[in-house]
Amino acid sequence: MSISQVLPISRRQISIPQPVARLEAVSKSYGNVQALVNFTFDVRAGELVALLGPNGAGKTTAIKLLLGLARPTTGRVSVFGGDPASVATHTRVGAMMQVGRVPETLRVGEHIDLFSSYYPNPLPMAETLAIAGIENLRDRRFGLLSGGQKQRVLFALAICGNPDLFFLDEPTVGLDVEGRHMLWDEIRKLLALGKTIVLTTHYLEEADALANRIAVINKGSIIAQGTPSEIKSRTSGKKIRCVTQLGIPVIKNLADVLDVQAERDAMVIHTRNAENSLRALLSLDREVSGIEVTSAGLEEAFLALTRDRN
Amino acid sequence: MATAAATISSANLRRPNPFTIYLKEARYEFLKCLRVPMYSVSTIAMPIMFYVLFGLVMGRQMIGSVSATAYLIPAYGTFGVMGASLFGTAATLASERSMGWLQMKRASPMPPFAYFFAKIVMSMTFSTIDVMLLLLLGFTFGGVHLPAIVATKLALTLIAGSIPFCAMGLAIGYFAGPTSAPAVINLFYLPMSFCSGLWMPLMFLPKFIQHLAVFLPPYHLSQLAFRLIGAGNGQPNLGHWEALAGFTMICLGIAWVGHLRDQKANG
Repeated sequence: MSISQVLPISRRQISIPQPVARLEAVSKSYGNVQALVNFTFDVRAGELVALLGPNGAGKTTAIKLLLGLARPTTGRVSVFGGDPASVATHTRVGAMMQVGRVPETLRVGEHIDLFSSYYPNPLPMAETLAIAGIENLRDRRFGLLSGGQKQRVLFALAICGNPDLFFLDEPTVGLDVEGRHMLWDEIRKLLALGKTIVLTTHYLEEADALANRIAVINKGSIIAQGTPSEIKSRTSGKKIRCVTQLGIPVIKNLADVLDVQAERDAMVIHTRNAENSLRALLSLDREVSGIEVTSAGLEEAFLALTRDRN
Repeated sequence: MATAAATISSANLRRPNPFTIYLKEARYEFLKCLRVPMYSVSTIAMPIMFYVLFGLVMGRQMIGSVSATAYLIPAYGTFGVMGASLFGTAATLASERSMGWLQMKRASPMPPFAYFFAKIVMSMTFSTIDVMLLLLLGFTFGGVHLPAIVATKLALTLIAGSIPFCAMGLAIGYFAGPTSAPAVINLFYLPMSFCSGLWMPLMFLPKFIQHLAVFLPPYHLSQLAFRLIGAGNGQPNLGHWEALAGFTMICLGIAWVGHLRDQKANG
């Protein structure tokens, strides 16, 4: 642990020798489906750690375990050194979950008033509304809000108790670009207050914009972990699409090429360095046509990461 | 400021008063349902409408030794309490359970029983409104005369009778889906009401229904209420209370199984 990670703890006069939350060799299966496999993960005080992965990777399962909503099949889960399901732990935790429907006839202010009452030291209502940016929605019924506004109210419910640790499960899902950026700003405000945040997302961009640390999850395991720049450097490949007479085995041996797939009449080439691969390609086949170069998306990033591991 | 609150150490965290949480939870549960006309209007309007039509409009004949207007207060009172309690618990639980809201509550520091407590208090409040309106109509337009102590006992018995049906509602709410819940409730609610003699006195119903009635909880609640106004089968109260208590325990047991099943499915 670096000094910067220790500081927020001592400022809050809480001495916790172990990480604020920990999954220790946790496996979790639902029937035949293995949601998490021997999963070990620490959350350190004052950091924002993003669990990044595609749908079904096990992100939500990890959050449910940390909230005590699910029990591990094997392994150990602790939050603030205690049982994640206990009321005592929950008073120090705020959660934003993927909720299908919230009682729609209650007003925003009423929902916040009720959730605030569960906590020992809640924020004043005005402050909760201000941080979530929903001052003007206080008297509006939940059912009458837009999707983005609903998402902000759920965020307000997570912060209203002024907890130390936040679990935000895909907080910006369903938001437009503007809404997403506004919520990012609000999440950064929490971080500036010294809070610890665990966030799940399937947007590499979101993890990059917010996180101190990213854990990439696929099929229930962490396949890569590090700072956003470390992760990006491992996944900054490009994708070249072109029509060429060269066969797959030849292309595979070109400079920096990671993988090749035939897609109808074209070839899709994943490469570490588009310029190098293109130079090599053009020198071998002067008839190449329809060249498109795009950044590798998250999908390619996962491909690259899983390949690194094998 | 939030920063000020963040400097409070974990050692002197005071717990919020659970009593305050329970009350607030119940108040908002009530407001939530009051604002759903499907619930608030129908649970109040149905028994009142029946009472006006069959009690006040249809005339003044006698049922046994009491007037129809008096007889129908316990009958529709039981009917109203049952509706308010079944819909108030089962319909809301089924929808909140399946849409993730119950999970969100469980992730919060809400005392676990506050959630159920709120539903029961909410159901009892609507039951109280039902019973009070029936008594008021009976006294003002139905020519019903009951001593204050009897009227009070009648109201309290009916309102307490909400509890077994809340338990039944929880049992249904844990197994029914959000869209099927109202239909499932009605499948129990309406036949049970009929066969317990709430719509038509049991003595006018076929013999096999009279035999069936002793197995139905609304029958037992209504008999407790009938006895207070001098109607009913005249059997001792204890058996009826025992039947309702037993029914409540069975329903809570079923609800518990549903709760465990949910826990397992979610995690």
